[in-house]
Amino acid sequence: MNLVDDLTAGDRRALARAISAVEDGGPEAAAVLAELQSRVGKAAVIGFTGPPGAGKSTLISAYITHLRRAGRSVGVIAVDPSSPLTGGAVLGDRARMASHIDDDGVFIRSLAARGHLGGLSAAAPFVVDLMDAAGFDVVIIETVGTGQSEVEIAGLAGITVVVFAPGLGDHLQAIKAGIMEIATVLVVNKGDSPLAAATAAHLYAALHLNAGGHREVPIVTTTATTGDGVGDLAETIAGLLSVRPPSPADAPRRLRRMLAALAAENLKEKLLRGTNPEIDSICDEVRGGRLGLAEALRQLARIA
Amino acid sequence: MTKRHRIVLAKMGLDCHDTGIVIVAQLLRDHGFEVIYLGLHNSADAVVKAALQENADAIGISFLSGQHMTQVRLLIEAMARQRMQVPVFCGGVVPREDAAELQKMGVAEVFFPGTLGPEVVARVSGVLDRGRAA
Repeated sequence: MNLVDDLTAGDRRALARAISAVEDGGPEAAAVLAELQSRVGKAAVIGFTGPPGAGKSTLISAYITHLRRAGRSVGVIAVDPSSPLTGGAVLGDRARMASHIDDDGVFIRSLAARGHLGGLSAAAPFVVDLMDAAGFDVVIIETVGTGQSEVEIAGLAGITVVVFAPGLGDHLQAIKAGIMEIATVLVVNKGDSPLAAATAAHLYAALHLNAGGHREVPIVTTTATTGDGVGDLAETIAGLLSVRPPSPADAPRRLRRMLAALAAENLKEKLLRGTNPEIDSICDEVRGGRLGLAEALRQLARIA
Repeated sequence: MTKRHRIVLAKMGLDCHDTGIVIVAQLLRDHGFEVIYLGLHNSADAVVKAALQENADAIGISFLSGQHMTQVRLLIEAMARQRMQVPVFCGGVVPREDAAELQKMGVAEVFFPGTLGPEVVARVSGVLDRGRAA
């Protein structure tokens, strides 16, 4: 039995090891990737993103409770940032999901972003595939606490829930480009705050000002700590999923994204840290005006 | 992409004094570790299960409440049940005379009050690097 057979058969330890293998990019990773592709495409993939401290982890924990009541098994990928200085990380999301630890229908894995920008880690799409192959009905991805432009999650998840907290900004913040635009569902969490209604109103106004006919994005107000509104959120997501269920086309799309991220990171690593004489000479040629940028990029891509 | 040390840190039982372990989390982060912090009030089974899901290289627990002998024993038993073999580190307000017994149970390193940051990092790294070389 190999790792992929084992994890498909429900061996959680094999799943945990396979995730490390793909994260670390070791020799096992290629074999796991090859084995995996025929076994993916069944899970509903739901992303949760939003600013740090908005309550994403707590809200996910409350949402898991609803999914479990409905009999759905859940894999969670919780991404937190890595230090740009030391590469270390404190991964604290699962501390907010502790109530599910005794439940074998829930598997939580923390990932450090490891220098990847955009809100995820380079291996995250691959980890989605692993959890999908392991048979989880729903795979939830929590991004790092995002600013305005970490929109990568939209390419990975079928449903993107953007979680806001009251009082983080006025109506001007609500109409800026970026994270607002990728939402399939908008959540105002901490709904027990006096500012929650105003925040929801700003978001509603921002969506409906769009001259080209507004996008129908549901806005749900929740209080994750008490569970208020989480049932509405669960119903909203279920409704969206019934319109757009997971499709076999999702997995190839994820694979492509992963390869793009890895190729870019590989090249960046070589360019910034490497001591490759070929790369040095390309850089010198560009600096000396003897080599055009487009041709330099072609040559660099071949080296990577 | 490279392999990084992953360590699960947790408080067990009713002990809710987490200042020390949060400082250790930051210390290890600053030395390139990926620290998965589980927070307060974890059972032995919860710590082991989280460490399995995270494929952690080590487990670190800290006590102020005087429950260290009981809880460490529970943790080591839970690890045996789950066939989990990773080094366990224990720190906090642990009397020196308890260290030998803790190590007999299977704790890799015991950190007493007053242990300096660089020493914590060096001893944790030392155990993990030896494990990797083996």
